Amino acid sequence: MRKCIVATVVICLLFPTFVLAGAVNAQEQRITLSLATEPPSLDTALATDQISSFLLAHLMEGLVQYGPAGELVPAMAERWEVREGGATFWLRKNAVWSDGKPVTAEHFVYAWRRALDPATASQYAFILFPIKNAEAVNRGELPVEKLGVEALGNYRLEVRFDKPCPYFAKLTAFMTFFPARQDVVERWGRAHAADADKMIFNGPFILTRWIHGARLTLTRNPRYWNADAIRLQEIDLPYITTDPGTHYNLYKDNRIALAPLDASTLSDALSKGYETHLFDFGTLYFLEMNFREDRPTRNLALRKAIQSVLNPSLLVYKVLGLPGVKPAYSLFPSSMRAGEGVVFSEHYPPPVVNYDIAQAQRYLAQAKRELGDIPPLTLLVGDSPRAVNEAEFYQYVLKQSLGLETRLDQQTFKQRISKMRRGEFDIAAAGWGPDFDDPITFGDLFASWNENNRGRFADDDYDAAVRQAQRSLDPAVRLKAFDRMQQIISEQVVIIPTYENVGLYVQHPQLMGVRRSIFGGDPNYRYAWVKP
Amino acid sequence: MLRYIIKRLAYGLLTIWFIATATFFAMHAVPGDPFNSAKAATPQLRENLRARYGLDKPVGEQYLLYLGNMLQGDFGISFTQENRRVNDIIREHFPVSAILGVVALLIASVGGIAGGAVAAYWHNRLPDRLLMMAVVLAISIPSFVIAALAQLLIVQANDLSGRSLLPVAGWGSLSHLWVPALVLGLGTMAYLARLMRSSMLDVMNTDYVLTARAKGLGTWQIFWRHQLRNALLPVVTELGPTIAAITTGGFVVELIFAIPGLGRYFVQAVQQLDYTVIMGTTVFYGAFLVLIVVLVDLLYGVIDPRIRLHGGQR
Amino acid sequence: MAYLPADFDRLPPQAPEAAETLAPSPPLWQLLLQDMRACLAAGVVLLVLVMAFIGPWLWPQDPATQWLSQVSSGPSAARRVDVVSDEFWHGPRQNVSALTALQATTTQVKLAWPDRADAMSYRVYRNAGGVGLGMPLIETVKTHYADRLQLSEQRYRYSVVAVRADGSTSDPEWIEVKPELTLGTFEAQLLGLDVMDGKVSLPSHPLGTDALGRDMLSRILHGAQTSMLVGLSAPLLFITLGAFYGALAGLLGGWVDNVLMRIADFVVALPFLLFMILFRVALGIESGESGLFPMVMAMVLLSWPSAARLVRGQVLQLRESAFVMSARLAGAGNFYLIRRHLLPNVLPLLLVSLSFAIPQAIFTEALLSFIGMGVVPPTPSWGTLCNEGIRSMLTHPHELIIPALAISITVLSFNVLGDALRDAMDVKVRRSLR
Repeated sequence: MRKCIVATVVICLLFPTFVLAGAVNAQEQRITLSLATEPPSLDTALATDQISSFLLAHLMEGLVQYGPAGELVPAMAERWEVREGGATFWLRKNAVWSDGKPVTAEHFVYAWRRALDPATASQYAFILFPIKNAEAVNRGELPVEKLGVEALGNYRLEVRFDKPCPYFAKLTAFMTFFPARQDVVERWGRAHAADADKMIFNGPFILTRWIHGARLTLTRNPRYWNADAIRLQEIDLPYITTDPGTHYNLYKDNRIALAPLDASTLSDALSKGYETHLFDFGTLYFLEMNFREDRPTRNLALRKAIQSVLNPSLLVYKVLGLPGVKPAYSLFPSSMRAGEGVVFSEHYPPPVVNYDIAQAQRYLAQAKRELGDIPPLTLLVGDSPRAVNEAEFYQYVLKQSLGLETRLDQQTFKQRISKMRRGEFDIAAAGWGPDFDDPITFGDLFASWNENNRGRFADDDYDAAVRQAQRSLDPAVRLKAFDRMQQIISEQVVIIPTYENVGLYVQHPQLMGVRRSIFGGDPNYRYAWVKP
Repeated sequence: MLRYIIKRLAYGLLTIWFIATATFFAMHAVPGDPFNSAKAATPQLRENLRARYGLDKPVGEQYLLYLGNMLQGDFGISFTQENRRVNDIIREHFPVSAILGVVALLIASVGGIAGGAVAAYWHNRLPDRLLMMAVVLAISIPSFVIAALAQLLIVQANDLSGRSLLPVAGWGSLSHLWVPALVLGLGTMAYLARLMRSSMLDVMNTDYVLTARAKGLGTWQIFWRHQLRNALLPVVTELGPTIAAITTGGFVVELIFAIPGLGRYFVQAVQQLDYTVIMGTTVFYGAFLVLIVVLVDLLYGVIDPRIRLHGGQR
Repeated sequence: MAYLPADFDRLPPQAPEAAETLAPSPPLWQLLLQDMRACLAAGVVLLVLVMAFIGPWLWPQDPATQWLSQVSSGPSAARRVDVVSDEFWHGPRQNVSALTALQATTTQVKLAWPDRADAMSYRVYRNAGGVGLGMPLIETVKTHYADRLQLSEQRYRYSVVAVRADGSTSDPEWIEVKPELTLGTFEAQLLGLDVMDGKVSLPSHPLGTDALGRDMLSRILHGAQTSMLVGLSAPLLFITLGAFYGALAGLLGGWVDNVLMRIADFVVALPFLLFMILFRVALGIESGESGLFPMVMAMVLLSWPSAARLVRGQVLQLRESAFVMSARLAGAGNFYLIRRHLLPNVLPLLLVSLSFAIPQAIFTEALLSFIGMGVVPPTPSWGTLCNEGIRSMLTHPHELIIPALAISITVLSFNVLGDALRDAMDVKVRRSLR
């Protein structure tokens, strides 16, 4: 017994005791938040996920960034020019890294070459492909020095294209395009983006603490070129958990200043009278059909039958039950913009589908005539609670209305993607978030050459429309091309769009100026402050 | 004695080799590989990645490489957190699980032993009945339900009192520790209480206790000197499996209370198919548990002089 | 000790009087019957088993049918409801003078309000009994809105707030509505219900429905089937396997025994839950499988050694015991020995381990299903039901409490039964020693 007491005392002494901080502190301009997972890597060349993107948006800055209304505003570049054959960026001279050295064009050249170097094995290398020779460099066929990007002096960056890329400036706001310092990367090797004390930053905040799996702390960067505009002194992230209930409980307990909500926590938040907020992620969820030879879903009549019974409004309003989530009818989310102030869906509304069980049964009869008996369909889905709910809904509807048997293949994220790539599915539930602000980020998904076209849909008309949208600088031509794409997608039932997701959240009433943005890291606290 | 220790340790090493091998081949039977993500993965990129992690070599060679590295105490680099070594991950996250586990074990043993002793002392009277009812309840409700309910209770209590009595989740201070540790230790506590109770009951009627009573020793003296000590012996034997249950069972509690321990990390790694982290964690835990069992064995020999150790014939 | 040739001579026949002086102990089941707790627990176990296997016939509702207009509802009785159009609403035919609900059904609540000169847009909120304006439904420039979001038969307060050009908002105009339960035309068509006079009949749900509108009672009954299947089959398999393994090791003895038991020791050393997850991932689930098989397999692979050790211990003990030796000397064959001496001694022990292994297996299934590594939907199990229930714990606690209770009561009964069985065995052992 005595030993137990001694052990307890020892543990108490060993265990670091922190004072519990509140959600917001107006005096010190400090806020506390939570994360869903630990960022896998804060290496700009390797980062792929939401969390890294959120953190990097506060720690780093690219050539341009998105303003409050989604427009492009100057960041590391003061001004820029995109031409048919290339682009030029003029860098600002007052931007420095957190160690005081100036940010120069060479740092961008190095970062982009590094991201494309096959040895780096960056998963986002493809986003740099509009740059001349980028694909060849990534395949290891050309040395990185042949990449079409060049520093003309310290403050001018010249980019050459393989083919016209009207949206290139938007791309450079993405994290893979962020600058990197060769001396730092080479000094620390792998560890340069895994520990707070080894990293350097050019953004509004610096990472002052990173206890893996437990806590990250961001502190205002006094050397940031626009430091006067940054009012928050500290963003503390001491909670990391995937459980949505925990985030909400932390919010209720006044421990964190912003918490996402799901259907269950939403109704509790409402009954408590919290003000709830909505944010449109611009993410499309859909069912992808498999067009490979041996698959029944290669049959158009079968796909049509399925399309005619999977009514997105039933899914959205009865099953998901989240305000703001919209039933989706097109490849392009309804808020997608094609150029400044042009909302695509207002010019070309989504194609109309008739949800009619009798009609669907006629399609099915036709499919049976063409295919013989239809074997059970494999429905490949994710393993998140919501994904499972959705899948059970699809399964039920197909069985109930058409008598089609489906087998749920519920896989973890990685395994699902792997199976999709190998074509081991008939129908797969997938989602796609835009990487940059142009409909082509959705449109080229189903081009026959795209690696992410996992159903192997191949259609010459569609490919032609994608090429046209990629190369043309004429907005009207591009809009028409996008409309052609959404029509083909619906007529051929390449995918069945299901819903456009939104984020629901509660936010501390004293926390002001938080920006939610689809691109460039979300949520954005750069211009946030705590109201006293 | 020394021979016995050496033999036990050698045997422990063999067990660790078995765990490592089982883990390796189990992981290689998994369909899919870790280099899949939502965004494009060109065949070229996948080749680049496979070469970087040595997955392009034949399985036999991979296995030997893996054993060789492990002998040098190197578990490799995480597949998903590309800049972190598995050793670092274990070094950072295991202490968290260990603190939680040790506190849970302390709560469980103190509570269990005290509870069991009390129940035995008032055998078949009200305290006994109540305690045994609590014990049966504690082992009949799934731990994840208890954890969720505990969290809900904290929220309600904080709500009612209008201030923050206890943190709902997270890690970093003593106040974060108590509830998760209690939830984690509850099942073990119940188990130990039962064990202690029956062991106490056995001891209470032994000749030496009756003798002590006849000598006129006080109740407390008998309790401390004779009953407790002897009743503890069977409880100590169960310590090995108990520690195992607590250390590996911690992940549910870690998941729900957002505690950055190794258990939660393991579940995440499994979901992301992070080969190196899964293998490293499993082997590490396996080795740790083997060591604990050996230690408990030896400890038992020290505590109970009746057990003599000849060359491990059991 | 040295033997003389005379020691091996046949002994003169003896009267068999010494053998039958002990009173035979009563059979196990009689001892159990004397124990109230055990009877009660056995009753509950039987009831659970019966409900698991014939329950679905007694309550023949399909656990897969989704009554989408009644998701997460409490107990409800059978009733007839209207079928109404679920078509997109383009607004009222004429303007309204105040905020009005033109239709109030759970399919659609059609709201219209008068236009205000200073308004740039309108925000519509819905409050279902909480504080403040409630849930933001939409921000729109139109003067009508059809709410379709998971409506149920309860009182809602809709508020409309006008947003002015400068971003300021007007005072809310509000209206209280209690929608009537209806089905949309597509849903009625989907359910294949007979529409008579524009009405359809809905069945009752004595325990309410889950988040997809499925009948809870029927899900609990079908879930019991899965949980009991795992809970019974895995322990039966691994205890049988272990028993044979242990018997083999004990009977063969020597180096074979040594090797076999070393292997068992290795398997014991594997961290159980970690390897359950690992094997479950490694064995994988092909599409369409429920995930039951890999889970049972993993459990069997990891759990057999305890039974093996138990049986081997018994075999060794018996091999050395006087009565087996004498039986052997009397010329008894292996088969006779196993049947006459080994089985009666080992079976009760195995029965006790079984009664403790079953609740353990039920727990493991629930735990794995809880972290998403268990059985796959649509197969319901108590673990997945809990997992689903925990998500709506705050708002619909019955979805967690019912399956959690089912698990707890079952596990409790098995534990009590195991205890009683063990106690009875102790009594039996004590009596036979007396």
